[in-house]
Amino acid sequence: MSTDSKKLANKTVERDGIAVHAVDICRCYGEGDTAVNALCGVSLDVPTGHLTAVMGPSGSGKSTLMHILAGLDMPTSGSVSIAGTEITNLSDSELTRLRRKHVGFIFQFFNLLPMLTAEENILLPLEVGGREVDRDWLDEITNKVGLANRRKHRPAELSGGEQQRVAIARALVLRPTVMFADEPTGNLDSRTGGEILDLLHEMVTTYGQTTVMVTHDARAASIADRILFLADGLIEREMPRSDPSAVLAAMNELSR
Amino acid sequence: MTRVALRGLLGRKLRSALTAMAIVLGVAMISGTYVLTDTINSSFNNLFKEVYKGTDAVVSARSTVKNPNGFPPSFQQSLLAKVQSVKDVRIASGGVENFVSIVGRNGKIVVNGGAPNLGFSVDPKASQFNTLTLVSGSWPGTNEVVIDQSTADKGGYKAGDMVGVLGNGPVRKMRLSGIVKFGQSNGILGATLAGFDLATAQTVLGEQGKLGYIQVAARPGVSPTKLVGSLRAALPNNMDIKTAAAQVKQQSSDTAAGISIFRNFLLAFAGIALFVGIFVIVNSLSITIAQRTREFATLRTLGASRTQVLTSIVVEALVVGAIASVVGLFLGLGLGYGLMRLFARLGLELPSNAMAVETRTIIVSLLVGIVVTLIASIRPALRATRVPPIAAVREGAALPPSRFHSYRIAGSIGVTTLGFGSLLYGLFASGLSIKQLLIFIGAGVLFIFVGVALVSARFVKPLATAVSPIGTIAIAGLSLIVWPLSITFWAIRHLFGNRTEFPGFLPDRTMNRLALENAIRGKQRTAATAASMMIGLALVTLVAVFAASLTSSFRGAVDSIVTGNYAITAVNNYSPIPVSAAQAAAKAPGVEAIASVRTDYAKVFGKRTPVTAIDGKATPVIRLNWKKGSDSVLDSLGQRGAIVSDSYASSHDLRLHSQIKLITPAGRQLTFSVVGIFKPPAGGSPFGVVTFSAKTFDSAFQHPMNLYTLAKMRGGETTANSKALERALAAFPNAKSQTRGQFIDNQISALNPALTILYVLLAFSLIISFFGIVNTLVLTVFERTRELGMLRAIGMTQRQARRMIRHEGVITTLIGAALGIALGLIFGYLLVSRVQTLSFALPTLQLVIFAIIAVILGIVAAVFPARRAAKLNVLEALQYE
Repeated sequence: MSTDSKKLANKTVERDGIAVHAVDICRCYGEGDTAVNALCGVSLDVPTGHLTAVMGPSGSGKSTLMHILAGLDMPTSGSVSIAGTEITNLSDSELTRLRRKHVGFIFQFFNLLPMLTAEENILLPLEVGGREVDRDWLDEITNKVGLANRRKHRPAELSGGEQQRVAIARALVLRPTVMFADEPTGNLDSRTGGEILDLLHEMVTTYGQTTVMVTHDARAASIADRILFLADGLIEREMPRSDPSAVLAAMNELSR
Repeated sequence: MTRVALRGLLGRKLRSALTAMAIVLGVAMISGTYVLTDTINSSFNNLFKEVYKGTDAVVSARSTVKNPNGFPPSFQQSLLAKVQSVKDVRIASGGVENFVSIVGRNGKIVVNGGAPNLGFSVDPKASQFNTLTLVSGSWPGTNEVVIDQSTADKGGYKAGDMVGVLGNGPVRKMRLSGIVKFGQSNGILGATLAGFDLATAQTVLGEQGKLGYIQVAARPGVSPTKLVGSLRAALPNNMDIKTAAAQVKQQSSDTAAGISIFRNFLLAFAGIALFVGIFVIVNSLSITIAQRTREFATLRTLGASRTQVLTSIVVEALVVGAIASVVGLFLGLGLGYGLMRLFARLGLELPSNAMAVETRTIIVSLLVGIVVTLIASIRPALRATRVPPIAAVREGAALPPSRFHSYRIAGSIGVTTLGFGSLLYGLFASGLSIKQLLIFIGAGVLFIFVGVALVSARFVKPLATAVSPIGTIAIAGLSLIVWPLSITFWAIRHLFGNRTEFPGFLPDRTMNRLALENAIRGKQRTAATAASMMIGLALVTLVAVFAASLTSSFRGAVDSIVTGNYAITAVNNYSPIPVSAAQAAAKAPGVEAIASVRTDYAKVFGKRTPVTAIDGKATPVIRLNWKKGSDSVLDSLGQRGAIVSDSYASSHDLRLHSQIKLITPAGRQLTFSVVGIFKPPAGGSPFGVVTFSAKTFDSAFQHPMNLYTLAKMRGGETTANSKALERALAAFPNAKSQTRGQFIDNQISALNPALTILYVLLAFSLIISFFGIVNTLVLTVFERTRELGMLRAIGMTQRQARRMIRHEGVITTLIGAALGIALGLIFGYLLVSRVQTLSFALPTLQLVIFAIIAVILGIVAAVFPARRAAKLNVLEALQYE
């Protein structure tokens, strides 16, 4: 564990604007001789109102990091708190309730339910959590993601880009403390991917939506306020907002 | 390719095992049936061999009509001297036998299940004919009895005690001179044995001066055949003379015929179970193959031919079928053994020879299991062959639609119509033999099941939408019932640090909605899974409708016919009782009128026909609806008057004063004149086909016995009257008096054992469809792994996941219940309409119970798949492709 990276992470934001706070997290898979450390000793804070991108080559541990920060996985050691709640000793149902309130997700493969309409998919997190629908908010985000006249369509009748827009609205519908996007453009062509990135960026600027995006696409990372580079389970480097070529250069340096 | 298939099988152990359960249970029913009936058969064979082991020939009276209890008519004892004087005869011994019961110390008759209570004469001097051996005491003298060991144990007797013996008359007290064994075993098939000397046996059975049979041994050097020849020459030709071997063969084949009916009955239910099994297998194979589309496509791109794909699937099915059949075969042997142990517990001990496992049992079981699996695998396998290689690289590849897709709806309606046609033809066409009738009905019902199963896929949406709220309410209700238990478990878990959610019973609307959408989305599989359940429930409903109709019709019939307020029947509700019981009851204080109905069989118009006779003044206790004549006819039948039902009259062209010729079992001819024609109510006639006076009956039929007695007591149904009748019947422990209401209830409850057997046999089909539901749900969870992962990520708790799967299970079983109950009601209605003596009745309570059982089956079937869904690793689920 490099003390440098810990210092680096802690320096950037004030304590009171922190959505997710992780200290010295390790994640080990397997046991004994065959144990693999996916993460070892990562500390970071996710600042509110910012878009944080996590980059790294495959196997760098970036997905594992995101899963732990989102409360989907538990670190082998270290501590994580989401919206001020320490998650490492929560039961499954307590954790689920925490996610309902504070965490939104966007997936690479959209993961919409095929038998529900676009609007029903958007409302799903509220339905599952048994919460009231804020109609004004629903209308606003539906318009914002550009699905105003596609509400009654089923996923099979929507293009890939439209499906990902539904997914974004779904993640935003409960106004989560933090939204996680896992390779949101990974399954889209570059033009549609660009539109989705613009939309994500807009959500951060318009609503101050705290967002963590995992990607290996330099262009995607370039919309972030801060870019973390992961390699071999460690945060190797951090960059402020940079253009795609700078990100690419940093990536290449990393893999060298 | 075969190796690929077998590897695949190992990779899908759970699915294969669940699929195999269908075959295992079906085959187990087949092998269990064979081993059970074979063992019973061979036990009887050995029994008969044992009985006649020292005998060369048997002489008995020829019977015109086969008596239901199997005893031939008796004949004059003087014939024995004639037999003994035949020169080929070394020794001959005559005896009598019939039903004789032993009264235990508790005043009740010793009886083992439905096994008979036998009484007979023993001749210790003719030792080669004697199959009994003394365990203790001595052979019986005048007014003494010997009984078998297990009856003595059950009755609480030892040699020297005084024992109550019940033959054709009131109980007689006799000294128990000794205790015997039959051959080497303590008892024979549960029958109780009572042995007497000849004169005492004749008195007990009311056969003074008569014999039932003569056993003959030949002089040395005389063959049994020659002995029979010389006996025939010496005896009148109404005597039946057989070699012992022929007698054994005759009796064995008589019992074998009865057992073969029993066997076919059980095999029919095994067939139903396997039919349900085919549904289950086709469905789970179809789902599995749809999920493996990409795998087949990849194999095709690697150069596998269609035939190879087909072969790999069929080989896989064959292996599953073969393993399942072997397991089923052994399970069936175990089942047969278990049943025999159970019979032994109930006192129906089979002789100590081993289980009869015939080669046929093994071959048929394995063959049927494998062939059924093969048949079930062909359609899904053919579909898999039509997966194009390009599907390997296409996203979201699906199976191409079946070739018959466009004909599907028309075809399935056609099959259903054909089924109903066949069913109606079988039920209502005249002049069909029983066999043809059963074939038409059976084929019709099978076609209807297949047709409805195919059609129902079209109606999954409305069906699922309709049953979903019912499921919601039922689950909430059931959860509420077990709530205290859930809270206890929750508290215990909490104590051990397992912080699960507090149990609730309120429905989760969102999860139920998702479950409903899922059921509709996979409509093909929902329909097919529900259909397997439908079959079992339709048949169970049919049984319930039939029973309810029978019960209500019977109740209606008694209400309209019986005007007496008390009835006397056998304790078991159906056995004939001695005439003297009714005579004793007639003397009870308070009896205003009493009438009994005798019963036997006779040959009428060349056919074996049940006949009855009326003893006493019937008009105060029985009222009939007359087409010709009036109630007063019942009291004035005289020597030669007879009454018949209107349907019998019209089918035999009988009018008032028509002549009816009747031949008794012993060969006596009687001629009657029709003096009344009555219309029996829907619940059936209280009489046999031809009814005449008891005076004529008693003079022409041997062993007159009453089927029931009806009485009118002063003051109606009172405790005092009940007591008075009970006291009057004290000497007849096999008879019981009951009020009119109790009589109806007792007669109806006599149906219960038969109903229980039917329900148990049909339960096998339901269990098979249960495994089908488990399998479908497991496959569903597997298929929706990624969706489940997403839902978990956005906030679905483990409990919500479980509820969603559970609700889907309940929707499936409720669709099955809805279809099954509807079909069962239709079948039941048609069947009841076919039987003239029945009117349709709705078994409301049973139907509600069946629906609840369906819900419970759905909940239980979902337990394991729901747990899998809940315990799904969210991360793996999200990365799952």
